[in-house]
Amino acid sequence: MANESQNFDNILEIKELQTSFFTEDVEIKAVDGVTFDLPKGKTVGIVGESGSGKSITSLSILRLIDRPGKIVGGEIIFKGENLLDKSNEEMRKIRGNQISMIFQEPMTSLNPTYTIGQQIGEAYKIHEGLNKAEARKKSIDMLKLVGIPSPEKRIDQYPHELSGGMRQRVMIAIALACNPDLLIADEPTTALDVTIQAQILELIKELQEKLDMSVLLITHDLGVVAETCDYVAVMYCGKIVEYTDVKTLFSNPQHPYTVGLINSLPSHEEDIEGDLPIIKGMVPNPTNLPSGCRFAPRCPYATELCNTLPELVTDDNNHQTRCWIYTDEWNGSTEVKTYAERNS
Amino acid sequence: MFVFIIRRILQTIPVFLGVTIIVFSLMHLIPGDPAQIMAGESAPAEQVENIRERLGLNDPYPVQYWNYLSNVLQGDLGNSIRSGRDVTTEIGHRFWITVELAFYSIVLSVFLGLIAGIVSAVKQYSFRDVTLMLIALFGLSMPNFWLGLMLIQWFAIGLDVPSWIPFIDNTAWFKPSGWGSFQQIVLPVITLGTGGAAIIARMTRSSMLEVIDQDYIRTARAKGAKERVVIYRHALKNALIPVVTVVGLQFGGLLGGAVLTETVFAINGMGKLVIDAIQARDFPLVQGTVLVASLLFVLVNLIVDITYRYLNKRIDFN
Repeated sequence: MANESQNFDNILEIKELQTSFFTEDVEIKAVDGVTFDLPKGKTVGIVGESGSGKSITSLSILRLIDRPGKIVGGEIIFKGENLLDKSNEEMRKIRGNQISMIFQEPMTSLNPTYTIGQQIGEAYKIHEGLNKAEARKKSIDMLKLVGIPSPEKRIDQYPHELSGGMRQRVMIAIALACNPDLLIADEPTTALDVTIQAQILELIKELQEKLDMSVLLITHDLGVVAETCDYVAVMYCGKIVEYTDVKTLFSNPQHPYTVGLINSLPSHEEDIEGDLPIIKGMVPNPTNLPSGCRFAPRCPYATELCNTLPELVTDDNNHQTRCWIYTDEWNGSTEVKTYAERNS
Repeated sequence: MFVFIIRRILQTIPVFLGVTIIVFSLMHLIPGDPAQIMAGESAPAEQVENIRERLGLNDPYPVQYWNYLSNVLQGDLGNSIRSGRDVTTEIGHRFWITVELAFYSIVLSVFLGLIAGIVSAVKQYSFRDVTLMLIALFGLSMPNFWLGLMLIQWFAIGLDVPSWIPFIDNTAWFKPSGWGSFQQIVLPVITLGTGGAAIIARMTRSSMLEVIDQDYIRTARAKGAKERVVIYRHALKNALIPVVTVVGLQFGGLLGGAVLTETVFAINGMGKLVIDAIQARDFPLVQGTVLVASLLFVLVNLIVDITYRYLNKRIDFN
């Protein structure tokens, strides 16, 4: 797969990415052979629970992994060039300029000792070499763009004077200041109220169209995925277990983990009696992962076969699933059903 | 900010009054009759009574304090028993010597401490980090009078260097006593500044380490800021907040440390003055010196608070 010819319709192609954390005696493979494409102008979501490696994947793209973490292997092809081959200085010029990132915690992601204007303006100073006055003018425009009222006043305020939703808007203003080609949003709404969440997602979508960006959205919220994404990668224990377009994911989920996730969503249409279905068991300890399919210990369909790790299998509709069920070797049950199907 | 500074200055007034009350009470807390001590052991009762009358010691306590306070506010700290001169004159230029010594020392402390702390934090657990922190621990554990004596031994009296080592001769590089010339200033400033440098280095390191892990540092990196800018602009400004407090407290320590250092280096500063005054039982002089030193400390704390406010926008002293 790594040798496949590069497709310039994809702004980002991640191939066999491996990022590990090294403690004194063990290597924790946080991201273990992640491969997916991000088509230009589209939104790809990465879904997974805490510790599935989704955030580490996004930080790896910007090469912002701190010690003791390290990108061990793979390729990150951005606009046809491998980011892992870039020098630190080249990488620095890409950050905040061509690829930007917003983070989960708007409360702590802004520097408390500088004004909003200084923090937005810094991006202009770094990448466009603007002077103070020009940067200030452009920062005000940016604040207007992200929908902050009376930006001329807000620009001189400090982060603690703003609400969480406003701060996240400021973060978006910083990220989009230099018109990036790719925006990585790492759980941008997780720390916000539900009403503010919708506003922020709406804003990202709107600006994506206006500025012609591609977006990589990291989330654990399937509702957010359904609303905003074109394609979805489901991650479990450092591996992608399913990758498809968003419609297919909800109408025809294949991997038992995805099926479990979707089943456990509360539904508006039906009266559900009793508890919501859950995925039994616990996420395995990252220092002691199962040698075969990572999900096998919790999978209701697991057989002997699942003690070996399955490959990502692509079907005719480019729907990729890492599960033995969709291979010819499979001989167990095939009744992987969604909640709705099981009840009909 | 302006309003804050005015308010903060007004807040020093009660502190000032508190200091004068304590300093004034010192005279009365000291065992024995001050008038008797002033007059001498064998002085006739008449003379003691005379002195008591002259000093107003027969007046009620609040009246005495009021007299004392109004004198202090007019810049009159009384007369030295030993020399009979004005206490303000006695303190006079000695005050500036101590201020100079403390100022150079704190500058040295901050300079060395910040550099060592930042370098250590940026390369945590590296060889450099471990070495610097060992040196800091050493600097912290060393009593400064001993360090002063050792420095005099090595650099002022003469190095015991074998003659075959080139470039280093046994001539004394610095002077062991006095104040004024560069050669006289170096050793006492090192003596007094080392402990502070060590504390500031350790404080800066831990504060930097904490800040470097913050989300906004990641934001700065994600923005494409140069590593130098990330460390010195984004991290350091936040990391300095606790360090400033330590520097302020350190200054208090310096005033105390100056007493020892001035004695070791025979510097005619306020520290030495107060030691001499205590030995001579020169109460007005002790009182005056302690008052001036306390006010200096109040002033430094005022500066610290203003700096603190400048660094940390969230602070509101209301």
